Amino acid sequence: MSAAAEAAASPPGVLRAPLVVEFPFTRSLGPVQSAFLTGLRERVVLGVRTTAGQVMVPPVEYDPVTAEEIRELVQVATTGTVTTWAWNDHPRPNQPLDSPFAWALVRLDGADTALLHALDAPGPDAVRTGMRVRIRWAAQRTGAITDIACFEPHEGPADPQGAPHDGAFAEPVTGIVAEARLDYTYSPGRAQTAYINALSERRTVGERCPSCHKVYVPPRGACPTCGVATTDRVEVGPAGTVTTYCVVNIKARNLDIEVPYVYAHIALDGADLALHGRIGGIPYDQVRMGLRVEPVWTEGGRYPDHYRPTGEPDADYDAYKELI
Amino acid sequence: MARTPRYAREVAVVAFAQSDHRRRTDELSEVEMVMPVLHQVLARTGLKAGEIGFTCSGSSDYLAGRAFSFTMTLDGVGAWPPISESHVEMDGAWALYEAWVKIQTGEADTALVYAYGKSSPGPVRDVLTRQLDPYYLAPLWPDSVALAALQAQALIDAGETDEPALAAIGARSRASARTGNPHAQLTGAVPQGDYQVRPLRTGDCPPIGDGAAAVVLAAGDTARRLCERPAWITGIDHRIEAHALGLRDLTDSPSTRIAAEHAGLFEAPVDTAELHAPFSSQEVVLRKALGLDEGVAVNRSGGALAANPVMAAGLIRIGEAAARIHRRESDRAVAHATSGPCLQQNLVAVLEGDRA
Repeated sequence: MSAAAEAAASPPGVLRAPLVVEFPFTRSLGPVQSAFLTGLRERVVLGVRTTAGQVMVPPVEYDPVTAEEIRELVQVATTGTVTTWAWNDHPRPNQPLDSPFAWALVRLDGADTALLHALDAPGPDAVRTGMRVRIRWAAQRTGAITDIACFEPHEGPADPQGAPHDGAFAEPVTGIVAEARLDYTYSPGRAQTAYINALSERRTVGERCPSCHKVYVPPRGACPTCGVATTDRVEVGPAGTVTTYCVVNIKARNLDIEVPYVYAHIALDGADLALHGRIGGIPYDQVRMGLRVEPVWTEGGRYPDHYRPTGEPDADYDAYKELI
Repeated sequence: MARTPRYAREVAVVAFAQSDHRRRTDELSEVEMVMPVLHQVLARTGLKAGEIGFTCSGSSDYLAGRAFSFTMTLDGVGAWPPISESHVEMDGAWALYEAWVKIQTGEADTALVYAYGKSSPGPVRDVLTRQLDPYYLAPLWPDSVALAALQAQALIDAGETDEPALAAIGARSRASARTGNPHAQLTGAVPQGDYQVRPLRTGDCPPIGDGAAAVVLAAGDTARRLCERPAWITGIDHRIEAHALGLRDLTDSPSTRIAAEHAGLFEAPVDTAELHAPFSSQEVVLRKALGLDEGVAVNRSGGALAANPVMAAGLIRIGEAAARIHRRESDRAVAHATSGPCLQQNLVAVLEGDRA
């Protein structure tokens, strides 16, 4: 099924935006994992002997039963037997093959456990549990599980296997970078949708708690004190009071603002929660608690670019002390 | 009836609530989806949030791609001034376990447990690959259906089931949901459909959707005061197996069986089972591990094949089993929750009602 077919229609009027989450973790390898993945680069498959004497492929650093450190490496064959399989007619992004293939658990000759990978076969009728397969190596190998491009059917004899191996290779792989990207569609929900829609008209709309009567800006739909839905929409601001602030001296990546600048908590008039924003139009060392500010919008901006002084007298401390 | 005093304190599920489970909930933020369920479950006990001794939730930021989403949903509890609270990045069944332990220690008499999952914003089959071994599995992106299909084929090869039997499990589940579960996402006759990953067809796979659930636990006389017929947790245990799929016999679930032994399941018959089997083939494994015969009512709620809000579906099994005891439709029930690929980790709870 395509991704489009999996996603049912969304109600009209709901705001949606793409949200991409990427997390390229850099992971270090233990000695057994390092030998295994370096071996794949060199077209050698290594297993590890467990405390009970089984040869485990892919190998791990610690015995899965006793948790003892296990280090005795054994070379196993690049040929093996399918122990179970599943035909995948619709390969998904990043999977080993782009055209239909079988997922398979393969017990390599000389191993006692099975390895998961793709099996390239003409169709499901060509795959069965117990069939013989061998590794098809990737042309470019870096020391990763993907150095095995996939398995392929194999009628010939088993490779030699069972020889002890010291796991030593020139230029061993000591880490992997695990790339990952997930694509989401973000929808903000009822309260934040109203907030965002009002911002597009350069208005700031909060929501009042029906129980404690606090006005939350931006609203998230619930009063965190009372645990009830905030329902009454309340327009606040546009002006407000700086309740506290900090001076930023480190330039952020992708942010074209000269340092130092002031980032502040701003209680908009009528709001019971301060939001945050940058203060401009005043030297950074003259910003103070109680400063009265108003939003500055830029052409096409979806939210205030920054806040600047209104020129009014500073607010009394008592007027905002509960909002710090 | 006297129960074996397995634990220091008697603890019961005294209330359960869940949302309607739907394919999408774009119009609701996570807290907006969860909050009505929290209100319902508290209303069933008459307790206010501030009277709850401990609160524990289960969810995963990966599902909707929102970092620290559980801190946002905590707004729906009313967590200020600060409450005694915890969270697990797991199914809510494990949040319930933590809450149960907290009550056993004597630090709380009541607990609010909730869980939610919004799978609609992301590609959940791919998202779940991120829970796998990052060295040998995650780089291949084997999705949740593919891994379940490997298990299903192993069961077929072992002669434990076949495709028609698997289809019957899905059909029975959704037929049960039609009569017994107004919250379910899929009910009644649903086409068995094409292979998703062979041998599993659409009807063998859980629907993808959003939902939330909540349970209130209480100890001893508090439970008796809050609930006419408390669902006593007479046993609860969870066990995990090796992560590497190639190390496991995928046709069996020793972790489920051991958890069930420790929970006292085999000491007396049960009349009801709520099994967290997102794939039809997994029900075959669980029935065997739990020794359920044809006389046991399995997944009258429809189970995860009728509604599978990830991270809540396990807690819902405990809630559904308890609700049947509350309604006097069951005297002794087993509830099961799972986590990880191919039933890697399993929790078993035995629930009993006082007999008149």
